[in-house]
Amino acid sequence: MNVKYMFSLVAVILLFLLAYIGVEAAGLQVLFGIVIPYAAIIIFIIGVVNRVIGWARSPVPFRIPSTCGQQRSLPWIKSSELDNPFTTPGVVARMFLEVLFFRSLFRNTKTTIAEGPKIYFSIEMWLWLAALAFHWSFLTVIVRHLRLFTEPVPFWIALLEKADGFFQVGVPGIFLSGLVLLAAVFYLFLRRVIIPQVNYVSLSQDFFPLFLIFGIAFTGILMRHFAKIDVTGAKQLAMGLVTFHPTIPQGIGGIFYVHVFFVSVLLAYFPFSKLMHMGGIFMSPTRNLTCNTRAVRHINPWNYPVETHTYDEYEEEFREKMIEAGLPVEKE
Amino acid sequence: MSDPKPNELIEKIDYIPPQKGWMDVPVNIRKGMYCYASNPKSVEYVHLPNARAWNPIEEDWKLPDNWKEIVHTAFRDRLDRFRSFKVFMDICVRCGACADKCHFFIGTGDPKNMPVLRAELLRSVYRNDFTAAGKILGKIAGARELTLDVLKEWWYYFFQCTECRRCSVFCPYGIDTAEITIMAREIFNLLGLNIDWIATPVANCYRTGNHLGIQPHAFKEMIEFFVDDIEEKTGVKVDPSFNKKGADILFVTPSGDVFADPGTYTAMGYLMLFHYLKEQGLNVTWSTYASEGGNFGFFTSHEMMKRLNSKMYAEAKRLGVKWILGGECGHMWRVINQYMDTMNGPADFLEEPVSPITGTKFTNARSTKMVHISEFTADLLYHNKLKLDKSRNDNLIVTYHDSCNPARGMGLFDEPRYVINSVCNHFHDMPRNTIREQTFCCGSGSGLNAGEDMELRLCGGLPRANAVKHVHDKFGVNMLATICAIDRAVLPPLMDYWVPGVGVTGLTEMVANALLMPGEAERTTNLRGEPLSGMEE
Ligand code: HEM
Ligand code: SF4
Ligand code: SF4
Repeated sequence: MNVKYMFSLVAVILLFLLAYIGVEAAGLQVLFGIVIPYAAIIIFIIGVVNRVIGWARSPVPFRIPSTCGQQRSLPWIKSSELDNPFTTPGVVARMFLEVLFFRSLFRNTKTTIAEGPKIYFSIEMWLWLAALAFHWSFLTVIVRHLRLFTEPVPFWIALLEKADGFFQVGVPGIFLSGLVLLAAVFYLFLRRVIIPQVNYVSLSQDFFPLFLIFGIAFTGILMRHFAKIDVTGAKQLAMGLVTFHPTIPQGIGGIFYVHVFFVSVLLAYFPFSKLMHMGGIFMSPTRNLTCNTRAVRHINPWNYPVETHTYDEYEEEFREKMIEAGLPVEKE
Repeated sequence: MSDPKPNELIEKIDYIPPQKGWMDVPVNIRKGMYCYASNPKSVEYVHLPNARAWNPIEEDWKLPDNWKEIVHTAFRDRLDRFRSFKVFMDICVRCGACADKCHFFIGTGDPKNMPVLRAELLRSVYRNDFTAAGKILGKIAGARELTLDVLKEWWYYFFQCTECRRCSVFCPYGIDTAEITIMAREIFNLLGLNIDWIATPVANCYRTGNHLGIQPHAFKEMIEFFVDDIEEKTGVKVDPSFNKKGADILFVTPSGDVFADPGTYTAMGYLMLFHYLKEQGLNVTWSTYASEGGNFGFFTSHEMMKRLNSKMYAEAKRLGVKWILGGECGHMWRVINQYMDTMNGPADFLEEPVSPITGTKFTNARSTKMVHISEFTADLLYHNKLKLDKSRNDNLIVTYHDSCNPARGMGLFDEPRYVINSVCNHFHDMPRNTIREQTFCCGSGSGLNAGEDMELRLCGGLPRANAVKHVHDKFGVNMLATICAIDRAVLPPLMDYWVPGVGVTGLTEMVANALLMPGEAERTTNLRGEPLSGMEE
């Protein structure tokens, strides 16, 4: 048994029980439906802002982008403005592709060594595919949920919902995003367990968000298709939260509160975890800077004078020898 | 002790990590895999702390009593001064994309050579000391306390990273383990934990202007020796100038090329190229004070990098040149391209570089005012300013090794290839996953090119050598061209070990062999004294 993921799995199960029993047995709807969500949102906002400010406070003393393509030099050599951007639009394009399509991850290969020796690099797209599937479906799910927080529902959310529910299987229709999310999270979990190197570097905190997000998606699908909770009740609660007139409607069961609790935990956990990569990716100095350091001087705010060995000191030590060798000197 | 045989090395490689968690596997500082400790005299010469004799394989490292405090303070200080460091400490998701991208992992199978784990060595202590989660949850959150064993583990593995940045190309957030290694080494230097292969070149460079400690008169003599050699082989007498005030261009190149084969032939190549262009108006001088292009200070600390690098601008100013031309060197060009102007600029006493031969303005270097010899030569060739007999290089079947720093810290890919294709007829690139931005390190960069760590170097160089072997077997490649002085020093033994029959050359050596010098005698041999193509007996 793998202790690292057991710990996170047990933690998520405990969280489940906590909310379920808390609501079903102890009647703590107000705590799990109002107090905790508010607290989570506050922690999330303050936490994320704090983290980003913390990063921003540290300066970028040197311009150190990883140059992944031809530099701009001679006019007849085609430069790669995407992978070695000389200008800001190039950087924006580079970042755009990184953030939306994980371009660097797309380069991924798998290295194997065979007799000979012969080293092989094979295409390894699964991580990239799963990562895209995971993030995009997660985003779709989040945007779809805005339906619960808006009245009237903006047309584009309704449109997205329609597109997402394209595969009409039974009533209510299945949302593609939910299934993709579950599958992708499950794959990301599997690779963490199965690929030996990834398993070796994994920490409990790498499994925790996966289980938690799995739990969120799972309870969501459960409510829609099996527990069949009253959606108007859910919307009432959500609208109450965003309009600052929180209410606890009747007729929504324990599973709903577990779902809400999981989301709250995720929000509160976010700023203290690796999930902050969402902000960090924008601040990474190997990606978000122009590669024009020889053309435009980059300023280091803490550049300080250092001790050097001057030419005069050098000549002082070697003058005789320099004169003898016929090298010009400043002082004969 | 003789080095292990290739098959012995390969048998040891296993990409499956052990059962035991990495925090529970103590470091084993193994002979052949580490470099000797810094010589106290060298440390003292540049006024770095804790100069003393010490030995990495002894229990007692003779650290200052408050070493933990020093590390903690230095860690915090660097988090506050480098956004890169702080962000990289925080956002790794341990996706593992970088894991098998490091040549040291590929060549050793040691899991702590996976870039992600190398960084985790430091990150685990970061969590413990600087994050709330780590403080509360401890090991569950992947945190661990800094102990002497942890410090030793750091030392061992941060001197098994060549700062090549290959990992950063594949990371979805651009996390650059080289940057983390740079910080770790800065911290080591505050405790007096440098390796001698870095510390002594640094002290030498500080004093004499170059890593090898060549004094001014000897530097001139060595170049004059090349002058004689060139005359012998071509019948042309070149006459370089030194420390010349009023020259237009200062030329700076790594001292390794003045010192040892095959770099020396590249140095001769420079002399011939400059001589050839003299009549067309090139006025270049060498300097004995700024007689080093490379910068082992870069492998010590940002401050030491700045201290050594300062000589280039200082000398350019003293001599009153217009701009600086830089020779073939790897990490030198990362320093020039990404650090020099910021550290020691603005170079407002220089002019925007213009080629006196072609009139080309090097606008890409308009602020730093330093041009790479490959940019310079490519421009000459493009404008047909060099008369060449390409066929003289016909016995060479060439491939090209992109050195890490000009590749991933600059993006110099097509200029050198243009030069090669202009001066020789047989060129074959290695497979796509092993060149350009994905190039593999020689395995000996960032000051790890010592003798005592040969096993490490051979392991780390395996992926590079293996790609050379591929084109050697497929196209009969017999020459590996490169634009880095460390490469010229370390690739020959690597080739002899993994791909016997492949030589190593600098670009300018190939240019000079093809160059039709006015007034030259009939050339029968190349600069190495080997018969030219068609001149074999
Ligand atoms: C700008 C927004 C974001 C970008 C560009 C981004 C990008 C990435 C990338 C490239 C990976 C690595 C590939 C992988 O392991 O899947 C990753 C991993 C991950 N992301 Fe995001 N992400 C973003 C926002 C988020 C958000 C909002 C969450 C959810 C709370 C999230 C959760 C995760 C998790 C849990 C992983 C690790 C997956 C694993 O364990 O293998 N990300 N992200
Ligand atoms: S690729 Fe980047 S995010 Fe993934 S494990 Fe490596 S350093 Fe961490
Ligand atoms: S910088 Fe190079 S040597 Fe260092 S961890 Fe990354 S790939 Fe390995």
